[in-house]
Amino acid sequence: MSGMNSWIAVILYIVLAPIIGGLIAGVDRKISARMQGRFGPPLLQPFYDVFKLMSKQNIVVNKHQKFYVLCFLIFVIITGCIFFSGGDLLLAIFALTLGSVFLIIAAYSTYSPYAYIGAEREMLQMMAYEPMVILTIVGMYMVTKSFNVLDIFTYNQPLIYTLPGIFLGFLFILTIKFRKSPFDISMSHHAHQEIVRGVITEFSGKELAYVEIAHWYENVFLLGIVCLFFATNWAIAIALAAVTYLLEIFIDNNNSRLKWQSTLGSAWIVALILGVGNIAFLALR
Amino acid sequence: MSYLPKSPWLVHYDASSCNGCDIEVLACLTPLYDVERFGVLNIGNPKHADIFVVTGSVNEQNKSVIQNIYNQMAEPKVVVAIGACATSGGIFRECYNVQGGVDKVIPVDVYVPGCAARPEAIIDGVVQALGVLEEKYKNMGKVAK
Repeated sequence: MSGMNSWIAVILYIVLAPIIGGLIAGVDRKISARMQGRFGPPLLQPFYDVFKLMSKQNIVVNKHQKFYVLCFLIFVIITGCIFFSGGDLLLAIFALTLGSVFLIIAAYSTYSPYAYIGAEREMLQMMAYEPMVILTIVGMYMVTKSFNVLDIFTYNQPLIYTLPGIFLGFLFILTIKFRKSPFDISMSHHAHQEIVRGVITEFSGKELAYVEIAHWYENVFLLGIVCLFFATNWAIAIALAAVTYLLEIFIDNNNSRLKWQSTLGSAWIVALILGVGNIAFLALR
Repeated sequence: MSYLPKSPWLVHYDASSCNGCDIEVLACLTPLYDVERFGVLNIGNPKHADIFVVTGSVNEQNKSVIQNIYNQMAEPKVVVAIGACATSGGIFRECYNVQGGVDKVIPVDVYVPGCAARPEAIIDGVVQALGVLEEKYKNMGKVAK
């Protein structure tokens, strides 16, 4: 994208992504409640939660933890900026990984046994999903001969035709990235199935709000990658990304949490069969 | 006006209760009462919670646990004592190991009577606690913020 347009895309992303991400979270909670036979919270509930957290006292265990949490938020925002301005997909993914590493360091810096368990599980999650994320980018490169998001998006046919296996594999790890059951091993949205609160146990007030906002940015970015598979038509891509998210809510409400061994094992088996299989097919074609 | 009354998060501690009130608190989360309509979440982590809900009476063993949970909560915070035991010690108040109600160890803002307290009474108690929460937020010093 030319200079001016990419700046507009960056500004639109920074302003609109938290609004869209928060609304998605609100719809998520409403639909989850309806699936459980409850009425559910108001649509804007995630925004109320974040505004409330902003007005709470901030208890800091280690003075450096604030810096790490802020870095987590900033790198997640940078990831989306690179992606939506049509930049390099590889760089976007590595910025996201760096953001996740900052969250883990923040959890470790608190010296809390509960946060330690959460951070260890967060690392196991990263090990589980990273192979499939890299295979996704490799597959996109093999078809379009570019790591550039804009080139991938403007490729003359939707990637889903040539990368069906990789799309299904990506859907599988999307459950881990969205922190949905059965793979929400480090930090669950449902507090009652958690060892205190996993990786975010020691964050309160503003810091917890930052983690929540980063999660909204991250979700919009991930749905952006889903859109890439159906590119060439904006409307169809967004509609299918919405269907994908509904599927994730359905999976979330129909599963209890698995052990980390099952998460790691199943994610790697899926990456091996669907991801490597699809790439082998492309290479041999 | 803050957003505190729109998103109260609870931490629930079951002191030496018979579990009657405990089950009634959990009943509030079920589809029949569904307190998440009002943004109430049972968060399970004192550092994230705004309202401390205690059922059961205080004894030597859980005294330090109650104080510990209360001290870990971020300001502004309120305490709701639910059921006869938590408000006064109930039928156990004469026991050799029971100290009495929760107000013996931490300041209590709202008392919900009943043995066991009805879910409607518990929801009403939490709604009254929201008023106290808003009041405490207004009086909270700049330093604490």
